[in-house]
Amino acid sequence: MPKHSKEKGPAVSGLKKCPTGIQGLDEITQGGLPMGRPTLVCGSAGCGKTLLAMEFLVRGAVQFNEPGVFIAFEENAEELSKNVASLGFDLDDLARKKKIVVDYVYVERSEIEETGEYDLEGLFIRLDHAIKSVGAKRVVLDTIESLFSGLSNQNILRAELRRLFRWLKEKGVTAIITGEKGEGTLTRHGLEEYVADCVIMLDHRVTEQISTRRLRVVKYRGSLHGTNEYPFIIDETGFSVLPITSVGLNHKATDERVPTGIPRLDAMLDGKGYYRGSSILVTGTAGTGKTSLALHLVNESCRRGERCLYLASEESAAQIIRNGKSIGIDLSPWVKKGLLHFHVARPTYSGLEMQLVTANKLIREFRPAIAVVDPITGLTNIGTDLEIKAMLLRLIDMLKNSYITTLCTSLTHGVHSLEQTEVAVTSLMDTWLLVRDLEYNGERTRGLYVLKSRGMAHSNQIREFLITDNGIDLTDVYVGQGMVLTGAARKVREMKEEAEASARREETERVKRELERKRLIMEAKINEIRSQYESAEEELLACLKELELKEKGLASDRGVIADMRKADASKDKKETGKKPDRRENR
Amino acid sequence: MRVTEKTTGKTLAKPNAKTSEVWDLKLYVAGQSPRSLTAFANLKKLCEEHLKGKYRIEVVDLLKNPQLAKGDQILAVPTLVRKLPVPIRKIIGDLSNTERVLVGLDLRPGG
Repeated sequence: MPKHSKEKGPAVSGLKKCPTGIQGLDEITQGGLPMGRPTLVCGSAGCGKTLLAMEFLVRGAVQFNEPGVFIAFEENAEELSKNVASLGFDLDDLARKKKIVVDYVYVERSEIEETGEYDLEGLFIRLDHAIKSVGAKRVVLDTIESLFSGLSNQNILRAELRRLFRWLKEKGVTAIITGEKGEGTLTRHGLEEYVADCVIMLDHRVTEQISTRRLRVVKYRGSLHGTNEYPFIIDETGFSVLPITSVGLNHKATDERVPTGIPRLDAMLDGKGYYRGSSILVTGTAGTGKTSLALHLVNESCRRGERCLYLASEESAAQIIRNGKSIGIDLSPWVKKGLLHFHVARPTYSGLEMQLVTANKLIREFRPAIAVVDPITGLTNIGTDLEIKAMLLRLIDMLKNSYITTLCTSLTHGVHSLEQTEVAVTSLMDTWLLVRDLEYNGERTRGLYVLKSRGMAHSNQIREFLITDNGIDLTDVYVGQGMVLTGAARKVREMKEEAEASARREETERVKRELERKRLIMEAKINEIRSQYESAEEELLACLKELELKEKGLASDRGVIADMRKADASKDKKETGKKPDRRENR
Repeated sequence: MRVTEKTTGKTLAKPNAKTSEVWDLKLYVAGQSPRSLTAFANLKKLCEEHLKGKYRIEVVDLLKNPQLAKGDQILAVPTLVRKLPVPIRKIIGDLSNTERVLVGLDLRPGG
């Protein structure tokens, strides 16, 4: 009659697992609890043992169609169903549908007198009867240690417990046995001796008034499992364990870009904006406009129809929306459309891990494309640097794995170096924007640098960061003459420069005009001289002509005379022959 | 063994009509184990000695009627339940320690 599934199972395909359906627990245990074997869940009072066990049963019945039996030693059925109703489990309904049987085992020492030998066959019979009545695959014994206070014969009890666990294995049911944590031992009565296959420890720690629930798989025979302490929360949907450290560094990388919502900032980031799925850190001192940068991203993304998750810890949603309006960003339509979800909680509301678990849950349910954490420094109040860094690392990994573009703001206090966040997370970030105060000449202005941006060519220049009615505007700063100026100083400087420039221009013009004048004078003089020369030339030429004529006249005269004198009688016959003509002509 | 078989669900001894005090006892057992038989024998002997004529014993075999275990919150077997007179008393074990049984049944004051 007893199933031997556990004997058949492991021989071939390793240990068979029984999925709990509890968020995160199946990941840590790589599939669930050992099927057909008992698992011990131990922890101190109020750490959630009963709820874990109950959720295991309810999810088994609802999700995996595996009916269950809950043997309660501490609470009766009504109390139990009332208690778990707060988690959204309708135990009565499940009982009516024959999915779950709750059997309350009441042990009261004062009503019991022990005389001689006995065994716990009665319990076995009840359990067997309950298992058979619904065909249960899952059994919870909560808290079986109550027997130790009800029965005094420890020897019998221990022998019977050993027999019980063996019997449960033979039945092939997957069982959870809860046990109270003892001093220096896992359970007060050493149940771990009997239940050796899988031990899960729950812990509820309070550090600096903030409580954190943690879960650890102490032992899991025949299976790999996460060995760390994992934080978990219990809320209206039950258990939620965060297997954060199982998050690996294997997120996708893409060339897809997400515009920042500020064209000039896009230009600084290689012209396109942030990488999708990257993490962006915005650091700066108080009031430098970190949130405004975030709002721009949110607004732009919502306009594209992407879902945004805004995790705020310093301002309420209404305040953020109002403040957004003052810089021309109206987020309220996005909230109405369900594109933007605000999660506002003071960091001191719960421990670091709780915040992480909450964030994880929100991410899973809301599936945003963009997440804003404003600010991450809000967390510093509630943990040591190491814890916070670990938490942020997990958060960022988680977001990256979900392919969510994350913008974190971080407040830098004056005492720290500006290029250092209080929580040293900058190395985790892909893009780091620094908004800094520039105080000069009694004026405070803002400057924005891109300190780093992995995988893209980005501007190394400071831009003046102006928050106007229409949002953030980035303008060039004054760079020159060995200084960088912003704000009014920049304006003054620019005006001064402008004045100087115009003065210089005027001077240049003057010199040019002077030159022109000189040239004109020169040309005038040249013209004058030329005209003088020309008139003189004219005169002289006339004179010259006259002289030439005179010269000619004289020569001919001499010829005539020579002719007349017959000086060259033979030689000049011809010539002389003509000469008289010429002379006659004259 | 034979005894239990026969006495299951049967009244063994009729109480005396004149005494208002009727002892209604239930002995829960699981099958006919030697321990069950010992317990029944011990109980019978004890009742005969101390409650002669005014007791009633019902033996319930849980292997046959497992659903009955819930009602009286039976864990251990054998368990003797004193239904009457009130308050309900439970005695577990094979009832071999007569002194303790008498104390448990309020037949002897103190412990």
